[in-house]
Amino acid sequence: MTEIATTIAPLAKPDRPRQRSPLYFAWRRFSDNKAAVGAGIVLIILILMAVFAPLITGTGGNEQAFLTQALAFPSAEHWFGIDDLGRDFFGRIVYGARVSLGIGFSAALFSLVVGLPLGALAGYLGGRFDWVIMRIVELFSVVPPLLAALLLASVTRGGLWAIILIAALFGWVNVCLLVRAQVKSFREKEFIIAAQALGASPWHIIWRHLIPNSVSPIIVGFVLAIPLAMMLEASLSFLGIGVQPPTPSWGQMINVGMNFMFFYWHMAVFPTAALAITILSASLLGDGLRDAFDPTLKGR
Amino acid sequence: MINFIIRRTLSMLVTFIVVSIAIFLMMHSIPGGPFDGFEMPLPDNIKARLMAQLGLDQPLWVQYFRYMWGALRFDFGVPFQSPGETVIGLIAHAWLPSLVLGGLGILVGAPLGILLGMAAALNRNSWIDYIASAVATLGLTIPVFVISTLLILVFAVWLHWLPASGWGEPQRWVLPVLAYAAVPLATYARYARSAMLDTLNKPFVTVLRAKGLSERKVIFQHVLRNSAIPMVTIFLPMFVGIATGSIFVEKMFRVPGLGAYFVSSIEKRDYPLEMALMLLITMLFCISYLVSDILYALLNPRIRIDGGQR
Repeated sequence: MTEIATTIAPLAKPDRPRQRSPLYFAWRRFSDNKAAVGAGIVLIILILMAVFAPLITGTGGNEQAFLTQALAFPSAEHWFGIDDLGRDFFGRIVYGARVSLGIGFSAALFSLVVGLPLGALAGYLGGRFDWVIMRIVELFSVVPPLLAALLLASVTRGGLWAIILIAALFGWVNVCLLVRAQVKSFREKEFIIAAQALGASPWHIIWRHLIPNSVSPIIVGFVLAIPLAMMLEASLSFLGIGVQPPTPSWGQMINVGMNFMFFYWHMAVFPTAALAITILSASLLGDGLRDAFDPTLKGR
Repeated sequence: MINFIIRRTLSMLVTFIVVSIAIFLMMHSIPGGPFDGFEMPLPDNIKARLMAQLGLDQPLWVQYFRYMWGALRFDFGVPFQSPGETVIGLIAHAWLPSLVLGGLGILVGAPLGILLGMAAALNRNSWIDYIASAVATLGLTIPVFVISTLLILVFAVWLHWLPASGWGEPQRWVLPVLAYAAVPLATYARYARSAMLDTLNKPFVTVLRAKGLSERKVIFQHVLRNSAIPMVTIFLPMFVGIATGSIFVEKMFRVPGLGAYFVSSIEKRDYPLEMALMLLITMLFCISYLVSDILYALLNPRIRIDGGQR
């Protein structure tokens, strides 16, 4: 008897129950989604390329260093060829990433700055404030963003900041609606009622309880605003009212490339591909994050 | 129900008026006027006389009310860029190609998208589901002019199968229609898939199957019908979207439609035409949302509670 007892290994000590945060599970779901992870990696590479643009391109985005070889096809020396004004096209595309991503991220940030407080207040206060906000949202839903952006871009004469603000003007609506829905569903929860009963101010409740519980719609709203802003910038620049030359913008390059497409195909192919890859990876990343945070929405 | 319709209509009317004022103000705050863009600048006194003739010297609110009063009687003025016709006449003849292009695009895209979405929902996590998701994501995220560029490059420049641009003979319609069809196809593939999945997971479908109904009857008589609601409600806004979607497709394929006027009327400060186009689009959007809301309420009695009547 005693012999047996000594040979049996002591029971493994049970693991301390570990609390896993919702973010942990969201991360696990996200990393299972191969498309979204791939898109995220591509986006990070693109961001690194944009940040370190001077290190990976021989010339700046605007230097007309190769005027004698204008419109040359891609070669080992100039990967994407030379454009009509004698600029190395690879360099221009890489610098274009700065414009596109810069506008995408700044516009998303501004959308967040406007949409988050309005959405949280509308959701929490309800009543008249909510009504006013929802009417404003309705105003934005009946005007096609592109047409209004065309007008606004003409009013402000294009320019980087104008486009960022225009994109944010139409981007905050989504963030606001996402946050409002989340806050509304949390407003009636017991812990909020408890906080109210303890005399917490609305400011305290929104800041300490409701916004931390809305992290997932906030992240999703932010990431999904990025491709929308990039698309708006490219569309406006394509129509010639967006970012003005010589600032390199992919939409503007596609517009120019269209005229050369029949022979100098590189003028159209590379900006098109760059824009498509960037917007696609940003939206796939956003979709993946949304599915990860709210699995009930998967595949919508 | 009547209550609901009246309330929605009134709220849309207010929205429309606010938007029209905002557009009018924005339009007039673009620096420069209709007579500043010429190569040879006009003398100031002639410009002043022209402005007075067109009523552009009046205060903005007078101009606004004058224009809206005319608009109520379908008089949208004369476009500055082609003074020989009325705004209505110009829109009427320019809209035909846009309408044909957009109509065909939706006619090609929507049914294909619905079929793709249905097939994806019925074969979840199969290759067809992945293809449908890929198509939906690509179509909704990649700008139309990128799709157009790729279509032209592949089918016109490299393969020489189809003409790259123009309008007229039917073979010139193929590429623009395909480019236009991408968005409806993607939208419907996504909506049809999620609507079908929603319905397939409802308990009543399980009951139908348990009662021994054939799978075909379950799908076509019950599931499809119940998934139609979201598909109906997105149709009208999408149809109105023809107007703005066509700007890019028409520019890429050089189709003589309405799209070019959106940009040129802004560039040339052609106030009457610009305002007419904007009012038209906004009104169509308002009406389509209103009709969608009402259709939705009619098709789905559960949300009528919002109307205050049950």
